[in-house]
Amino acid sequence: MGEGEEQVKVLSQWPSPFAIRVLIGLEEKNVRYESLEENFASKTELLVQMNPIHRKVPVLIHNGKPICESLIILQYIDEVWPGSNSFMPSNPYDRALAKFWADFIDTKFLGTGIHGILKKTGEAQEEGKRYMLEYLGLLEGVLKEFSAGGSKPYFGGEQFGFLDIAFICHTCWFEAMETLGKWKIPWESEFPRLLEWMKKCRERESVHKIFPDPHKILEYAIKFREGYLRSN
Amino acid sequence: MATEGEKRQVKLLGATLSPFVVRVRIALALKGIDYEFIQENLKTKSELLLQSNPVYKQIPVLVHNGKPVCESMIIVQYIEEAWSNKARNLIPKDPYDRAIARFWAAFIDNKIFPSLRGVFTGQGEQLQKAVEDSVTNFLLIEEALRTNQCFAGKAYFGGDQIGLVDIALGGMSTFIKAVEKATETILIDPKKMPLLTAWMHRFCKSDGVKEVMPDPVKHAEYISARRATMISPPTAN
Repeated sequence: MGEGEEQVKVLSQWPSPFAIRVLIGLEEKNVRYESLEENFASKTELLVQMNPIHRKVPVLIHNGKPICESLIILQYIDEVWPGSNSFMPSNPYDRALAKFWADFIDTKFLGTGIHGILKKTGEAQEEGKRYMLEYLGLLEGVLKEFSAGGSKPYFGGEQFGFLDIAFICHTCWFEAMETLGKWKIPWESEFPRLLEWMKKCRERESVHKIFPDPHKILEYAIKFREGYLRSN
Repeated sequence: MATEGEKRQVKLLGATLSPFVVRVRIALALKGIDYEFIQENLKTKSELLLQSNPVYKQIPVLVHNGKPVCESMIIVQYIEEAWSNKARNLIPKDPYDRAIARFWAAFIDNKIFPSLRGVFTGQGEQLQKAVEDSVTNFLLIEEALRTNQCFAGKAYFGGDQIGLVDIALGGMSTFIKAVEKATETILIDPKKMPLLTAWMHRFCKSDGVKEVMPDPVKHAEYISARRATMISPPTAN
C-alpha cells in the first residue's frame, strides 16, 4: 500500500443484511476495499475499538476512521465517492421519502415481519407472516409510485439507489423465511412489481457478487432460530 | 414578515408537549421559517394527519407545499436541505462529521428514547431497569462530550452553534425533566454528568429554543397525570 492511497475496510459478517448493504454500496461505486469477517462467537478487539457503543457490524473504516450504522454508512459512501451514480435522489423531498422507507424497512419490516417469522412460533409466527404480507403490500405500492408505474426499473427510478440498496439486502433472506414459516409468499399474484424488481437487482454485478448462497443463509437461519428459541 | 400565503406553504401537525414536535419547531425557528402550527388531538386524529402519515398516523408531520414529510429527524434534515440557502447550517458539511452527527442522532432515537419511555411507563423492577439503562445511555453521551473530537470543548454538539445532535437530544429536555420529577428519579446527575448538565442548560436558554420549549411545569403535570392513569388500582379479588 503506497503513501496517499486510500484505505477502506469493512468489518462484516456474511449473513448480515446490514453488512451486505454496505458491500453492495462500495461495489456500486467501484471502491476498492478489504472485507474483514467478524466471527459470531466473540468480537474482535478491532470491532470493539471501532464501534464501542454498539459492538456490531458493519463498520466502515476509511483511512483509519470508523463509520457505523449501515444506512449512515451508505450515505457516507455516496457523499465521499459521488461518481456518476448518486445513491440519493436529487431533490430534498425525494430524499426524505427514501430515508422514511429505508427506516420503515429496518424497523417495521425487519422487526415485526422478518423477525416475527425468525424468532417466533405458533400464533405469534403467523402474526409475523401477516405483517410481512401487509408490509410487502405497502412496498409494492411505493415501488409502483417511485418507478413511475413500472416505466422505470428501481425505487430510485432509473437509478439503483439508496432505497434499492436498503431493501435488496433483506431479500436474500426471503427463501429462508418461507422455509422456516412453512409458507410461500404469493409474489406473482400479490407483489409482481417487487418480484420483477428483485430479478432486475440480482442481475447487477454488485448484488450478484455479494449475495450469499441462499442454502447457506437457510442453514444459518435454522441454527440461529434454534439457538434463539432455546435461550428465550 | 411572511405573508399569510407564505405561512400556508408550511404547516406543522403536532402537539406542543411532544419532544419530537419540539425538535422540528427548533429547526424551523433556527432557519427562520414561518409556518402554521396545527395542534393535533391525539385521541381524535385529524383527516389531514391520517392522510399525511398513513403509515404511522403520528406527529410531527411537516406539510410543505402540500407534500408531507414524516419522522422528526428526517424532517429536520429535510428542513436543512429544502432551505439550504437560509442562514445557519444544522448539519456539518464534512461527510465524516456528518456521519458522526447522524450516528449520535440515531443513538438518541434508538437507545435514549426507548429507555426514557421505559422510565415514563415503568413500575417497580421495570422502572428500576429503565432508570439504569437511561443513566448508562446518558453517561455515554457525557463521555462523547468529553472525548469525541467532534464535540469536545465546544458549546454544542454542532460546534459553536446548535446542530443536528443538539436538536435530537435537546428537544427532549423538558420531557426528561418531567419524567424525572414524576418518577422521583435522577437520570442526569449534575455531579456525574457535568458536561451534559451544562450543555442542556445552555441549549434550553438559546434563541430559537427557549421560545418553543414546552413550559416545564405544564410538561411535568402532564407526565404525572399520564403516569397516574397507567398505575392500575388494586382489584378486589
